[in-house]
Amino acid sequence: MAQGRQTDVAPAIELRGISKAFGPVQANKDISIRVMPGTIHGIIGENGAGKSTLMSILYGFYKADAGEIFIAGKKTSIPDSQAAIRAGIGMVFQHFKLVENFTVLENVVLGAEEGRLLKPSLAKARGILKTLAAEYELNVDPDAKIEDLGVGMQQRVEILKALYRQADILILDEPTGVLTPAEADHLFRILENLRAEGKTIILITHKLREIMAATDTVSVMRRGEMTATIQTSQTDPEHLAEMMVGRKVLLRVDKKPAQPGKTVLEVENLRVVDEDGVERLKGVSLNVRAGEILGIAGVSGNGQSQLLEVLGGITHGTGTVRINGQEIDLTGRHSDGQSRRARGICHVPEDRQREGLIMEFTAWENMVFGYHHDPAYQKNALFMDNAGIRDLAADKMARFDVRPPNPVLAAKNFSGGNQQKLVLAREIERNPDLLLVGQPTRGVDIGAIEFIHQQILDLRDAGKAVLLVSVELEEILSMSDRIAVMFDGRIMGERLPGETDEKELGLMMAGMDTKAA
Amino acid sequence: MDFLTVLQVLDSTVRLSTPLLLACLAGLFSERAGIFDIGLEGKMLFAAFFSAAVAAVTGSVWLGLLAGIAASMVLAGIHGLASITFRGNQLISGVAINFLAAGLTVVIAQDWFRQGGRTPSLLGGARFEPVTLPFAEALRGVPGLGPVYYELISGHTVLVYLAFALVPATWWLLYRTRFGLRLRAVGENPAAVDTAGVSVIGLRFAAVAICGVLCGIAGAYLATALQAGFVKDMTAGRGFIALAALIFAKWRPWYALMATMLFGFLQAIALRYQNIDLGGVVVPVQVMDALPYILTVVILAGFVGRAIPPRAGGEPYVKER
Amino acid sequence: MDVMPKWADVVLIPVISLVLAALLSTLVIVAIGEDPVAAVKLMVTGALGSTYAWGYTLYYATNFIFTGLAVAVAFHARMFNIGGEGQATLGGLGVALICLALPWPHWALALPAAVVGAALFGAAWAAIPAWLQAKRGSHIVITTIMFNFIAASVLNYLLVNVMRPTGSMDPATAKFPPGAHLPTLHDLLAPFGIAFSRAAPANISFLIAVVACVLVWLLIWRTRLGYEIRAQGHSEPAAVYAGIRPVRIIMAAMLVSGALAGMMAINNVMGEAERLVLNSVEGAGFIGIAVALMGRNHPFGVFLAAILFGFLYQGGAELALWTNIPRELIVVIQALVILFTGALDNMVRMPLEKLFLALRKDRA
Repeated sequence: MAQGRQTDVAPAIELRGISKAFGPVQANKDISIRVMPGTIHGIIGENGAGKSTLMSILYGFYKADAGEIFIAGKKTSIPDSQAAIRAGIGMVFQHFKLVENFTVLENVVLGAEEGRLLKPSLAKARGILKTLAAEYELNVDPDAKIEDLGVGMQQRVEILKALYRQADILILDEPTGVLTPAEADHLFRILENLRAEGKTIILITHKLREIMAATDTVSVMRRGEMTATIQTSQTDPEHLAEMMVGRKVLLRVDKKPAQPGKTVLEVENLRVVDEDGVERLKGVSLNVRAGEILGIAGVSGNGQSQLLEVLGGITHGTGTVRINGQEIDLTGRHSDGQSRRARGICHVPEDRQREGLIMEFTAWENMVFGYHHDPAYQKNALFMDNAGIRDLAADKMARFDVRPPNPVLAAKNFSGGNQQKLVLAREIERNPDLLLVGQPTRGVDIGAIEFIHQQILDLRDAGKAVLLVSVELEEILSMSDRIAVMFDGRIMGERLPGETDEKELGLMMAGMDTKAA
Repeated sequence: MDFLTVLQVLDSTVRLSTPLLLACLAGLFSERAGIFDIGLEGKMLFAAFFSAAVAAVTGSVWLGLLAGIAASMVLAGIHGLASITFRGNQLISGVAINFLAAGLTVVIAQDWFRQGGRTPSLLGGARFEPVTLPFAEALRGVPGLGPVYYELISGHTVLVYLAFALVPATWWLLYRTRFGLRLRAVGENPAAVDTAGVSVIGLRFAAVAICGVLCGIAGAYLATALQAGFVKDMTAGRGFIALAALIFAKWRPWYALMATMLFGFLQAIALRYQNIDLGGVVVPVQVMDALPYILTVVILAGFVGRAIPPRAGGEPYVKER
Repeated sequence: MDVMPKWADVVLIPVISLVLAALLSTLVIVAIGEDPVAAVKLMVTGALGSTYAWGYTLYYATNFIFTGLAVAVAFHARMFNIGGEGQATLGGLGVALICLALPWPHWALALPAAVVGAALFGAAWAAIPAWLQAKRGSHIVITTIMFNFIAASVLNYLLVNVMRPTGSMDPATAKFPPGAHLPTLHDLLAPFGIAFSRAAPANISFLIAVVACVLVWLLIWRTRLGYEIRAQGHSEPAAVYAGIRPVRIIMAAMLVSGALAGMMAINNVMGEAERLVLNSVEGAGFIGIAVALMGRNHPFGVFLAAILFGFLYQGGAELALWTNIPRELIVVIQALVILFTGALDNMVRMPLEKLFLALRKDRA
């Protein structure tokens, strides 16, 4: 296997034989990798492949069970984050590590103060931020509070934090997950500027497109092992995907043409105001017909979650929503999840661990979650029919290929993909008129993705309406029969998947009206 | 009500507010760092006993104060061990500490002094004496300000002045120093502190330790300044009133001063006017006893405005996997 | 997979915690110059050595079953009800009002009425903190603590100013009518030819407590309400997603909890004192916390833990009587149990998990 450029320069980072286990799970197995200075090195792999664990070891978050780390040719021990920072490593986590009610300046200074008093530290940081902003296109208002900034800006603060600590090596963990395509492009420009200044960048992602577009070299991880490291220019997405999964993968979804019937869901001028008084849905109108999938594209945080929540009976809203021609209650007694289910609306929520499942409940208890008042699940007026539910759950788990097919196991003991199958089995087996689906394949391994997509398509082909929300553009493009793009609580427009592309959708996701342009 | 009576009630307010203020600031440090502490009561009680016991035995109130602080620190250490090191439930740990103090003080007191769970009365150097401020006697005759200075401002024990001085000190430490920045950060988002290379555990233990010191002073004040010796359960819910004041103050030092003064004032009124006759309606003593607690519930029920506690409060910090 | 087998979680960890608490208590006894072996012997004979001793142990245990169940039910909804003390105080008021309201002809009529009165008053006292938590977000731990203090003042006022019989100096109600006197274990067992101490206060309330254990078990693991309480307790966002209304669940769980705490009064007020006195609860509400933690919030565990604390309580009383160890030693033991089974759970758990992991690796 080709191993980067063979030069006399010592690698910026070299890992030799790194292993790490969490209890019975071997997260990293004998991993070796060399990253040359002044390059952008991608690390790609499925969820749970061990990418984040490896980077956490590099950042001193976890201690490796075995292996050595060399920084610029020198053997280095990194027992904690302080040591990583001293070694010139900066990390931008997937979930930002910022103090929300602090200013940008306070966040940058935190942990890297000059002395015991704050004033001189803040003054110095203000000057340095100005220089960095000019040098790398990293403009942020130093006195803004983090909670008032958008995610793109917050990410810049994270990069600034690392640069302020004079990091030479910058690790970014799934940095584009929350960004619009335009923001992502800006990020990659920043990364190129940094590379031009001689910084080394490690980009962790599961998006093949980003690897192809941004990196010089790429390493592939699978099940805790590093399976290959190659020049990006010498590979292609199909090949990378195959190495990630260990077998050939179909990146396209095979589906029959939709046969739309009567309108099932009609939404008119739907508005949602959240607890803080912020209007999150600003008059959304759309409809979904039987036998079709309406995909909602958008960067997360633009109202898609609230759309699912208000339709699923989790939050209140105003406006008009009709299901099969009948208006449903959006604020009163009949606006809860039970009432929605009674009207034939089933909901696969965006966050299965927080909402869709009770992680401590067994699989069988979860299999009736939300439907536990159904007379079919009761033994008599007082008690639930636990034995009956257990048998029923075993059946459904077998049909949805949940592994292991053991209904008395707690939900937390299943993998992400199998947890999602539990939720899908519960919701789809109710045979709903309308299925609300949020992020169906987030955190799900590629093998299960195909299965999950097929189940949703089968429901569509059975003449049911599906409203699909996903931040993965590829998923939206391949699954949807129609696509609506959301930005800032509004629908920016609708497109047909055959008549649009990622570029146009990306512009709409950033709030640009492509028709007017 | 004449001027002198008003002054005396206010003077009593100051004395009764002091332990509340110290405990409230103690809770402020702990909770600002993300460690809930309903064990303020227990720490105060523990400190009250050990300060009184050591003062009684040695005759030195200062040794008593040190013993009180040390005793409170031991319980703070247990709370830290449970809630920081072993990531246990902070509320349950607090409950345990309250009972530990309630039980151990009596068991030990009985063993040492055989007086039914109390210490001997403290005399002379075993008690904090009032400090007469300069010119208090001279200015006493000046109309208006003279009596205010003499009755209200002068004539308290040194711990009272310390407690009041701690308010600006706490503010300064919290908002003007590196330690304060980190302390506030660790209560809001410990992951931010951890990834910045600062020890979450170290910071939180520091906060819990400060909490222990302040509770120790509060307890010592109760037994060696406000009263002359330890009696069973002498804190009488002050730790919980301080906790309520902390919520009322939205975890801010100057507001803590105001909240504890208010509650101290209520106690002072209750102490002076038992079974108060309000134009035919007699307010029974029990209402006065319960008033601080009722008020606390009323405050908690919504007159607090939107009191947002430190975001990471009560949650043990676990590095995500 | 879970790291530890279930039996280790349910049995081993509480037992180890208990041993640790016992060791430290022994140290305390040694430190105050008493002989721990003699102390334990004294406790065992004093609490288990005769039917008289058992009668006291079971009497205390009955109190702790009720308050332990109260804490456990609330815990299932992730509510920490520290207000058992106040709720039991108010339950006593309910029992007293019922018992004094009518010249009851027979206990079989008075008891059901008293149960209802105790439960209603206890539930009512829990209702206000529950409502404030559900609707206003006022932290239930703080409000229930405050309500304990308020309950003490309310009872104090009523006993001193309202319910005290004229001429009596004692802040207590009049004696309950004979028709409201509950049969003791002596009365209950005599027809079966079993001799049980006549002087011991254990009474029919113990059987009601056992029934309450069964009912709570059915409620939590067999009914829809129990399912919803547990769901809400594990994850409120998930509960809302499933159409479970948090306000309703918080109220329901706390009302049941308050009712159980209140029902303790049929034992101590109706069964033992036969009148309402000041501070009749004597800290049993707080012991419920230790009992629930120790019993892992399971009714059977609560039952066992309550018997254990009944033993400690009665044994502790005997110690205080015959040695220089004050009754407050029990408060220390109670604190240590709460500390080890509640707050320091991980201290016991983490090494055990490592041990089981190593064992499994060896087997694999």
